[in-house]
Amino acid sequence: MSDKTTPLEGTLPPATLDDPHLLPSAKNPKRMEALAALAMVIGMAGFVAFIYVYWVNASNKWEALTLGIGMLGLGVGVIAWGKYLMPQGPFVEERHEFHSTDDERESFNAAITGRGGIEVKRRKMLLGVFALGGGVMTLALLIPGVRSLGPKPAKSEGTQGSTEDSLFTTNWKKGAKLVTVGGRPVKVDDLDVGGVLTVFPQGHEGSSPDQVILIRLAQLGPNDPPYPIAAPGRTEWGVQGYVAYSKLCTHLGCPVGLYQERTQQLVCPCHQSIFNVNAGAIPQFGPAPRPLPMLPITVDATGQMRANGGFDQAVGPGFWERP
Amino acid sequence: MIDKSLNWLDDRLGFAKGGRTFLDKIFPDHWSFMLGEIALYSFVILLGTGVFLSLYFVPSGHEIVYHGSYVPLRGQHVSEAYASTVGLSFDVRSGLLMRQAHHWAADIFLGAIAVHMARVFFTGAFRKPREFNWIVGTLMLILGIVNGFLGYSLPDDLVSGTGIRIAFSIIESIPVVGSYLGFFLFGGNYPGSGIIIPRFFTIHVLIVPAIIVGLLAAHLGLLVKQKHTQFPGKGKTEHNVVGSPMFPTFIAKTTGFLFVSAAVTFLLGGFAQINPIWQFGQYEPYQISYAVQPDWYMGWLDGALRIMPSWEWVGWGHTLPLEVFLPAVIFPGLIFNILIVWPFIESIYTKDHEYHNLLDRPRDRPKRTAAGASMLTLLFAVFFASSTDVMANFFQVPLIDVLWFFRFFVPLAPIAAYFLTLKICQEMRAAEGIGKRKHALVVERSTTGEYTTTASPVRPGDEHEELEAIPVPTFIDTTDPELATAAGVRRVIR
Repeated sequence: MSDKTTPLEGTLPPATLDDPHLLPSAKNPKRMEALAALAMVIGMAGFVAFIYVYWVNASNKWEALTLGIGMLGLGVGVIAWGKYLMPQGPFVEERHEFHSTDDERESFNAAITGRGGIEVKRRKMLLGVFALGGGVMTLALLIPGVRSLGPKPAKSEGTQGSTEDSLFTTNWKKGAKLVTVGGRPVKVDDLDVGGVLTVFPQGHEGSSPDQVILIRLAQLGPNDPPYPIAAPGRTEWGVQGYVAYSKLCTHLGCPVGLYQERTQQLVCPCHQSIFNVNAGAIPQFGPAPRPLPMLPITVDATGQMRANGGFDQAVGPGFWERP
Repeated sequence: MIDKSLNWLDDRLGFAKGGRTFLDKIFPDHWSFMLGEIALYSFVILLGTGVFLSLYFVPSGHEIVYHGSYVPLRGQHVSEAYASTVGLSFDVRSGLLMRQAHHWAADIFLGAIAVHMARVFFTGAFRKPREFNWIVGTLMLILGIVNGFLGYSLPDDLVSGTGIRIAFSIIESIPVVGSYLGFFLFGGNYPGSGIIIPRFFTIHVLIVPAIIVGLLAAHLGLLVKQKHTQFPGKGKTEHNVVGSPMFPTFIAKTTGFLFVSAAVTFLLGGFAQINPIWQFGQYEPYQISYAVQPDWYMGWLDGALRIMPSWEWVGWGHTLPLEVFLPAVIFPGLIFNILIVWPFIESIYTKDHEYHNLLDRPRDRPKRTAAGASMLTLLFAVFFASSTDVMANFFQVPLIDVLWFFRFFVPLAPIAAYFLTLKICQEMRAAEGIGKRKHALVVERSTTGEYTTTASPVRPGDEHEELEAIPVPTFIDTTDPELATAAGVRRVIR
């Protein structure tokens, strides 16, 4: 601190209370004193009221009101005291040369480069070994510090893994039953045209990566021609007017929950990406870069809806390892 | 009596010498110097209310059946985090008040930091020797935003859960290491093995606050050591500070201000409902709500994500989600880095390496002011872009049109703001006597009926004499000069 050279070391310079620097700024100090006291008394009353309000278990609004009045009263009172009654000066304080003197700097630098530097120069090898050791120690500590935090993500699609340690995997397999979040199996007659339902593979109800939105686009029977989906080779992926898409937005993984029946569009409520359900859920507008992955579905003899295979790609937003 | 106990303490602690300097410390008076105090006191309130909340909140994603007093939720399967947050809102007395005051204090904290920062920027208070304090402040802003996000994510409600999902996806978008970072933070693929709420809790209540406390100590310590800046004025130079003393004037005013800040926060906490999680419901990864916005300080990131075109890059067996990585990682990274290095960029550009203790008027530094206005315009523009859906509904215009508007508005508005501000500053600087009160004209009629006008030196009624500043004295309640100077009989009026 360079404050050493302040004139403060002497006795305090005295000033009498009629010095203009010490006069209160209030025009009528007596009145201001009374007002400040009044504010503080109101504040105290507020705190007493707060205790009462708490005692009788009144609502949070009463607690806030009494507490607010208490703090406001006390605060305004003491501010008025400081601002209108206490000496306002103006008072002055000198700033001092902020940096150290050249001598001080020199002796400090000498301690580092001279005293320490000579020693380091003399034993360069020791410093190198110590630095290396420190580096290895950091690495050794970082490995459990970071590696223990979670599983390593699976590298590629081929890698077997659970949905917990792979961004490529879902629990959808050929023949998996479509069930609601409550576990009720979904039958082919369950939805009318324009109806939507969030479904999961049986046994994984509520799972995030497995969520699929099932939409009935048209009322078709088993003998009608399949519903044409404007994505090459996918006509057989729907069944009896139903299509199923991953409900994870390809932008940031929000559930794509808003279905506009009239335009046959799915809208993500998070960042307003719009997907055309009729055309393989390609993004029509907004920040989403890719279509929602489509789940091939079929109906078995009992009318139960089943997956006709898994997804052909990773669901959800993009990431580095995604091909 | 007081003298005696002070001496007793000084025998053991030896604080009298440094303490005197501290008590005599001069604080310049200007309303804008109080903005930082709002941030400081909001932080105090955050700590206080936060400790209260931590006594009741259960940081666990474990699923239980709700049995509390909020009837619509009874019998539902919810996480312990959600149940305990609803519980501390309805079943803990004063709990809702404390919870809402905590949330409001966080919003005020970051708002005050932003405005305080703007004040420091536009008046040039970040210049030598205060570059470090500017950086420390910027770091606190970043940590404050992070902790705000972590905090409102803890209750495990539908709105905040969606935010966590988005955060995971943003981490995922980082090239090469993204999925590793996400998996390590979440303990696996989203939604993780139920470990994320306890982890967020530890970071929110321990790690980040501890760092903020350390930075805050550095911020205030540097302020004391480097002394406060001041606006130019009578008797004010680069080499002094003119104002009121730490003790008793500043202490009284600032203590009162702490109470007033707390009063406003608690009144908001009681009367302005914030984050009613019992209306949102428990988070489920397959559910979503409409017109969901994050807290205000996250809005600029959300807006940037919305207006970004879908520029995903795919090649060489890899995917680079630029539509996420650019607006959510690069954009904020760039903004914060510009903030941090600004003092150095400016001093290189102006070749000014002198100490600066007197503040600038923004119009006297047109380019800096224009740059600041441009930055603020950019941030406000992306902030408003985070409500495209609400605007489309409100103004009854197609959502796509609103989005296209913002795709052009966000890059263009800052450029316009730059040149507009530059022009305004230059015009103001060129105009004579602008910003000062005009002199009154005194019209006199002579006996012969002739009118003469003369400018009055001061506006009638405006006369007041500013005193010369003096070193802080002790206050003496006697006019007797002998008593006043004699050692040992001075009486400090309290």
